[in-house]
Amino acid sequence: MQSTTENDLECIEIKKHFGSVRAVDDVSFDIPKGSFFSILGPSGCGKTTLMRMIAGFEQPNSGDIRIKGKSVIGTPPNRRNVKMVFQHLALFPMMNVYENIAYGLRCAGASKDVIRTKVHDVLARISLPDVANREISQLSGGQKQRIAIARCMVLDPDVLLLDEPLGALDLKLREAMKIELKLLQHQFDTTFVYITHDQSEALVMSDHVAIMDKGKFVQIGTPQELYHKPKAAFVAGFVGDTNRWAGRVTRVEDGAVEVETEAGLTMRGSVRGAGAPSVGDAVHVFVRPEFIKAEKSGADAQKIDAGHNVIEGKIDSILFNGANSRVLVRGRAGELIEADVVLTGGTEDLKPKDDVTLSWSAEQTMSFKV
Amino acid sequence: MMQKDIKRLSLYLLFAPFAMWITLLIILPHLGMFYISMREKVAPRVYEFGFDNYINFFNEPIYWNTLLRTGSMSLLVTVLALLLGFPIAYYIAKIAGNRTRGALFLMCLIPLWVSDLIRAFGWILLLRETGIISSSLQWAGLINTPIEFLYNDATVIVGLVYTVILFMIVPLVSTLDGMDDAMIEAGYNLGGNGPTVLRRIIIPYAMPGIVSGCIVVFMLTAGSYLTPILLGGKNSSWFTEQIYDQFITRYNWESGAAFGFVLLAFTSLVIWIGLKLSGQTLNSTVARS
Ligand SMILES: Nc1ncnc2c1ncn2[C@@H]1O[C@H](COP(=O)(O)OP(=O)(O)OP(=O)(O)O)[C@@H](O)[C@H]1O
Ligand SMILES: [Mg+2]
Repeated sequence: MQSTTENDLECIEIKKHFGSVRAVDDVSFDIPKGSFFSILGPSGCGKTTLMRMIAGFEQPNSGDIRIKGKSVIGTPPNRRNVKMVFQHLALFPMMNVYENIAYGLRCAGASKDVIRTKVHDVLARISLPDVANREISQLSGGQKQRIAIARCMVLDPDVLLLDEPLGALDLKLREAMKIELKLLQHQFDTTFVYITHDQSEALVMSDHVAIMDKGKFVQIGTPQELYHKPKAAFVAGFVGDTNRWAGRVTRVEDGAVEVETEAGLTMRGSVRGAGAPSVGDAVHVFVRPEFIKAEKSGADAQKIDAGHNVIEGKIDSILFNGANSRVLVRGRAGELIEADVVLTGGTEDLKPKDDVTLSWSAEQTMSFKV
Repeated sequence: MMQKDIKRLSLYLLFAPFAMWITLLIILPHLGMFYISMREKVAPRVYEFGFDNYINFFNEPIYWNTLLRTGSMSLLVTVLALLLGFPIAYYIAKIAGNRTRGALFLMCLIPLWVSDLIRAFGWILLLRETGIISSSLQWAGLINTPIEFLYNDATVIVGLVYTVILFMIVPLVSTLDGMDDAMIEAGYNLGGNGPTVLRRIIIPYAMPGIVSGCIVVFMLTAGSYLTPILLGGKNSSWFTEQIYDQFITRYNWESGAAFGFVLLAFTSLVIWIGLKLSGQTLNSTVARS
């Protein structure tokens, strides 16, 4: 098994159940050296369980975990070169910052001088050179975060596991730490496995993202692939904002379908995911708001491409959020559709109660067979 | 204005029972005792003030030997209670499931429902020459003649540990309970093995609980009377027995009171040294556990 040492971490058909709960069900993946890999899934899908198996706190019922090509099944947690940043950080409150970072080095039997240089070195790298003698309670949330990472990184791990480490921070700090984490990962050039249920964290930071649902990996890919080419309805609905309808297929032509939604809308869509639908099949249809163009009706009803879906509606409300502003449009059938718009603050802007024409291409109408 | 007065009045009313308890049961008796301890009997019904009673104590080796013996045995009991109580507390707080935890805690409390006296007699029933243990050993053919298990130091220590261990377990459970499991896992994850995690993480974290448990146990043991007397008999030489002797047998309240204060000073000194050695303050231990 020496052939695959390019990968820092490989999991092969891991299964874990607690009684009748299948927490992790047949999960396989491998993570190339030095990449930022995220596992994204809703609460309770088994992310923490998977991570605890990699760290060695739980034993999988079957399957294999390899770190740098070597199986670690049966290796106790303190002998695996996988370090973990816990959800609530788990810094040791009875030690100061220096002692917290030195703890792992002491366990490894490093000499006093080595410990001193390494601790000061890592503190400089996380740009907190002066906090060595502070108590843990004297640090801010973001500083604690970085100390928790430094405590692991000082040991040169093969893989660093992070279990929703930003969960306890407030929104502002979370945004800042996202970028910081990505930079730290570049700087240390270590494989990060990052667990989160926040899709924007996963999309912003990761090289690769695995979408997990009910103990299974639904899709693994780059953030762009997951966003633009979801392979399953779950992925399309979970990653990014989207309009979604349930409907039935009324016509099929190669690669494209015509769908009538439950509310009575008819639209043309492209077939995605597994299984070719035939007439009468139930499908889920997803259209992202940024692909829907909203224009005032009548003004100059022009140049809407032939293959496009077109709907007339009335603006229900405007959700102003700077560059990410959005309108909620109520269609004839009474359903609400979200569309991204540019609001310049001028008189030409869309206003509530305006009649609008929505249009989007069939290609961007992703339909998945149920 | 009214509101404020009412608030203040209710504060006084709430505080009154506590203040009364402190003054009537603790401060006044001690002041009285201290007053008595400073009196010297020069002739029947004639007293003088002075430290004679205290000087007497130090002049008589049997007295301070008894005190030292009581102190060292109490320390031994405290250490044994800690060594036995820590794994039990750890099991209750960290390993047992939620349901078993309650049951285990209750089981620790059960001995408290029976009075001290009855428990001590229970031990006597088991350990005396004609008691259950001796006779069953005879019956099993392991010994030929009945053995007296009572009236030796080992029995006194076992009996005392049994009586006080609960007061060690309770503060330990409550501090260990407050410890995040992730902290222990982090200890392993960063490369520590079992002993390292215990020594560097669990024990430092539990230190306030350990210290407060030890204080309570040491105080209770050094001041206990029934168990050493009943299980140790005449030669138990427990210091409280000396005090009792002065008060009741010799009717020498003056020196009895002085002995009481010597015991108080001695145990306070031991605890002060213990706190200094463990680097804790009384405040931190009381606040944390
Ligand atoms: N020790 C355990 N015993 C029994 N069931 C467990 C245990 N640990 C986890 N589970 C179950 O396994 C499933 C997955 O749990 P897990 O903690 O891995 O979820 P998660 O994806 O980390 O969720 P969250 O985002 O809320 O942290 C859940 O249904 C949970 O109830
Ligand atoms: Mg979790």
